[in-house]
Amino acid sequence: MTRLLGAVWHERGGRTGFGLVLAVLLLALIGPWIAADPNKIEVQIRFSAPSLIHLLGTDNLGRDLFARVAFGTRSALTIACVVVALSMAGGICLGVIAALSGRVVDRMVIALLDIISAFPVYILIFALVALYGTGLGKLIVVISLAFLPQFARVARSQALTLKHRPFIEAALLMGLSRPLIILRHIVPNIIGPMIVLASMNVPVVITIEAAMSFIGLGVQPPATSLGTLIRDGYVFLDQSWWPIAGSAAVLAVATLGCTLLGEALRDAVDPKLRGRL
Amino acid sequence: MKDLFAFLWRRGLAGGLTVIGAVVLLFGLIQFVPGDLASVLYGPRATPELRAALAERMGLDRSVPEQLWLFLSSALRGDFGTNVISGRPILQEIADVLPNTLTLAFAALGLSLLLGVPLGALGAVRPGSLADRVLGVFSVVLITTPSFVVAIMLLLVFSLALNWLPVAGAGAAGDPLDQLLHLILPTTALALGWIGYLARLIRAALLEVLAEQHVRTLRAYGVPEWRILMIYAMRPALIPVVAILGVALGDLIGSALFAEIIFARPGIGTLSYNAVASRNFAVVQAATVIIVLVYVTANISVDIFSGLLDPRFRRATAGDQP
Repeated sequence: MTRLLGAVWHERGGRTGFGLVLAVLLLALIGPWIAADPNKIEVQIRFSAPSLIHLLGTDNLGRDLFARVAFGTRSALTIACVVVALSMAGGICLGVIAALSGRVVDRMVIALLDIISAFPVYILIFALVALYGTGLGKLIVVISLAFLPQFARVARSQALTLKHRPFIEAALLMGLSRPLIILRHIVPNIIGPMIVLASMNVPVVITIEAAMSFIGLGVQPPATSLGTLIRDGYVFLDQSWWPIAGSAAVLAVATLGCTLLGEALRDAVDPKLRGRL
Repeated sequence: MKDLFAFLWRRGLAGGLTVIGAVVLLFGLIQFVPGDLASVLYGPRATPELRAALAERMGLDRSVPEQLWLFLSSALRGDFGTNVISGRPILQEIADVLPNTLTLAFAALGLSLLLGVPLGALGAVRPGSLADRVLGVFSVVLITTPSFVVAIMLLLVFSLALNWLPVAGAGAAGDPLDQLLHLILPTTALALGWIGYLARLIRAALLEVLAEQHVRTLRAYGVPEWRILMIYAMRPALIPVVAILGVALGDLIGSALFAEIIFARPGIGTLSYNAVASRNFAVVQAATVIIVLVYVTANISVDIFSGLLDPRFRRATAGDQP
């Protein structure tokens, strides 16, 4: 673990990513504690520029943008982590089952993954939100489904290489139950690449959630996310740039930091994955 | 040659089956929605007459497999029914705006290739140089900045602040110059990320090829460095770029939806978005099927092209991939 962190730290990109992610994490974790009330309306100071009292200025209703961005960052990161964890868990289940079952099941799983991937990610999410309606829970499930195929494919190919390794065959011969073998011997051995894939997908999910919230099909007010904040700012763009500047900058820093950190993690875990993940 | 035809046939068949599978999946997903089909498709406008017509069309009194067959066959015939709001056939409405969306997506793809490949080659000439490092940082920033944020920024700077380019729409019909002017900002917004991505991809691929034995031999024979780079190394290095074009197009069509909404540009995105806002799922469903068709076709074409470029690829997709 320390060796891994050392390898991440060794690269310039890894250090930068680590720093940016840390800053965004601090904003999400501590920001809401030290910030003002994000919903306190003070119309007389609407559209004020950044100051010591309002670090990122105020929005169209005079609400403190620093507080709103802090809460928005918190929900963006939470959603991204939950989505990635869900698709990773689902992908591992599906991929490992496909790899260890017979040819028929394997073929069926692959066909299902191919069919899901026949929809471009944004289109699938868009169609499902149109069908099932907006809402935080639904949004999370829908984005997780769209990301499931890549996790399942990597899990499957990793599990296939393990299938005929002596220690797995030995465990089978010893009569250990299949679920036990999967949990004790397969999953720990494929988790590395899965975590790398997960970390590389976090910024993508953050972007998608923000985009969906931006067009009003994601997180619904009064809840905030970076996307809803950018939308609010976009509506009043002709009156002030400040409402959009803070949230867009934090979104860009978050995706940049997560990508750099994810890539450094990938190179540290296994340089051979460079082209494949 | 024989393996090429076998490859084409296999790839086409798999593509066709995938499209059918996607339509079946869509049917299945619609079945899970609580409430009756008419409310799902038409929203609050589901009058008794519309309900009866829909029940007739979709065979709602029949068994689920029969309904699936009706759904599948009408989707594959392109019969998506009538838009209950405008009263026009949905297929016609999609056909009207699809060229706008595809123009945008392909223009962005073209721009990404046009700028991404030379920039990547520039980085590969002198790895580790200042230019290479600047390009590296630049690429990552381009890749990670969400395209809808770029779209807003471009709109802000070039349309609202500088007033150089038009704000909204796709340009007047029959006026190519006006249409081109309207295309510049959304295309740039979509392409920037892929310029960065392709630059990185081509740089890495070129460096890999340049380290190979046959390049050393070429150098020993005194072949000029630019010829090695642009001709002998570029061809194999382009293979991964071609292979990713299908995915790129899918991503660009997806991002185009958001760019269209931001730039108020008529297209599949605005059509679907307005349909969602007015709870008119029938239109979204049809648009989704059409985009899946375009996307799968693009991926097949890319695979075929990859197969032509690199014979190893035909065999790679022949058997089971590990």
